[in-house]
Amino acid sequence: MDDEEMTVETKTPGEEHGQADPTAKEVVLSLEDLGVFYGAFQAVRNVTLPIRRNEVTAFIGPSGCGKSTVLRCFNRMNDLIESARVEGSVRYHGVDLYGADVDPVEVRRRIGMVFQKPNPFPKSIYDNLVFGPKIAGYRGDLDDLVEESLTKAALWGEVKDKLDQSALALSGGQQQRLCIARAIATSPDVLLMDEPASALDPIATLRIEDLMDELKRDYTIVIVTHNMQQAARVSDRTAFFTVDVRENGQRTGVLVEFDDTPKIFTNPEQRQTEDYITGRFG
Amino acid sequence: MTSGALTTSDVVRQSLTTKGVDRRGTLLSGALLVGLLIVLGTLAVLIGDILIQGWATLTSRGAEFATGALNPDPALAGVGQGVVGSILLMVMVIVVSFPLGIGAAIYVEEYARDTRLTRVLTANIRNLAGVPSIVFGLLGLAVFVKVMAGVTGGRTVIAGGLTLAVLVLPIMVITASEALRAVPQELRQAAYGVGATRWEVVRHHVLPVAAPAIFTGAVLTIARAFGESAPLLLAGAIVGNFLSNGDMGIGQQLTEGKYTALPIIVFNWARQPQREFQEITAAAIIVLLVLLFIVNGAAIVLRDRFERRSMYG
Repeated sequence: MDDEEMTVETKTPGEEHGQADPTAKEVVLSLEDLGVFYGAFQAVRNVTLPIRRNEVTAFIGPSGCGKSTVLRCFNRMNDLIESARVEGSVRYHGVDLYGADVDPVEVRRRIGMVFQKPNPFPKSIYDNLVFGPKIAGYRGDLDDLVEESLTKAALWGEVKDKLDQSALALSGGQQQRLCIARAIATSPDVLLMDEPASALDPIATLRIEDLMDELKRDYTIVIVTHNMQQAARVSDRTAFFTVDVRENGQRTGVLVEFDDTPKIFTNPEQRQTEDYITGRFG
Repeated sequence: MTSGALTTSDVVRQSLTTKGVDRRGTLLSGALLVGLLIVLGTLAVLIGDILIQGWATLTSRGAEFATGALNPDPALAGVGQGVVGSILLMVMVIVVSFPLGIGAAIYVEEYARDTRLTRVLTANIRNLAGVPSIVFGLLGLAVFVKVMAGVTGGRTVIAGGLTLAVLVLPIMVITASEALRAVPQELRQAAYGVGATRWEVVRHHVLPVAAPAIFTGAVLTIARAFGESAPLLLAGAIVGNFLSNGDMGIGQQLTEGKYTALPIIVFNWARQPQREFQEITAAAIIVLLVLLFIVNGAAIVLRDRFERRSMYG
């Protein structure tokens, strides 16, 4: 926390109480001068930002700006890409997630993920939910856990009579809520959502958005979205990324602006942000 | 759109009307059909010829021929020892090549990092699949029959089975690799996303989805091994002296290691000048084909059952 920006932003709770300043919330995850490489190609550089407890933080920006890449650093999903390499630091409650003795499996149990395309396991609804807790050695009542997770994901009513049926028989929107329930079932601290509604119709999208509002009471949420209205609707804070093209043609994602969502959408400080928000971005 | 002018729907109708025959398309599909007929025709002629030649033996001697022992007299000779030998060889192939082949594929696809070494290795596995089977026979003779004689007992069904297992191992690795590669990456991500270790991802998600395809590859592999004769000629199957081994039973095949296989019997009999031998050769081929069909059929039934149980999507 020796970075200048961090010391400014990580004020203790209560310090600015009453001013409706969200900076009062505890920092769960923080990026400090993050850079991500795929082989020799630098996908993202110099990203520094905090993610705060019980808030929805949205990453927006054009395609190729590295927002998903940054998201995948939070649960070390980039480890699955062999050529990927991370610079700078990703801290979770102050602990460097890329530290030498950190087990990515343990990280992913605490920082759950929902993917762009609904990807339920080709198993029953019940089995989809209990897989994570089972491998983590969950000792409680699995039936209760299934009901609780599905209820939180606003899916219980629709599937409670067909828990033994294949998850693939559900509609796209239901599958995505199942994936959210599956992520919740391991009782994570943070939920990462990589364009969770981009493959869904508007009604299913709305349900997911409503759900996020509910979920942020229990979880800290980071969402990547192409949809600016979505970011405006669901998030408390927004990070705008863009692509920086250098003279040699190399395209690298950079963080342009990070602020409270209303500010980003009404009175952004950077010209680039304003151009993107108002649709003038090329 | 007034007097005399074409209406919109007239123009559209005109543009949508067929402009004539798609000559190239017709020609190509005709050529493809001819190709298919040539393939099927050749197969039909082969099988028909064998059926005609072998029919008399099978109808008059039937089960006695399929279970009887080798004999210098074609009127008495049976292929029973070959059937038993072939089945024993298949068991050896399954026991050795399935675990090794699937294990190697899992390592290459799920564990190994994409380095130059792994790329060289996988390329060479593909090369091995193209090596003539007689070369594997030489390997079997040198390694399993000679060097490892203490383990295999020399020219035994164990040496022969190991030779066939090594022969089909590359095919086994390749088909299992393809099956694993066909498992969508999203599924792996989903499993990693809930905190699964690499082994849990493979064991609970990748393998069940890949299993039907791995199984199909395995069946093709067995079929390949079933029909091989060249490697067995070198790796110790009873060949020239079949006349003197007429009393070789299952017990002897297992304990003393003397063995033969259906393709070897076909090879032997086909070399005999007498007409009667030509007939029982055809009959032996029919027995071999029937066994192959049974193996393939059983495998398909098993795979379908497996598929329904693991996916039920």
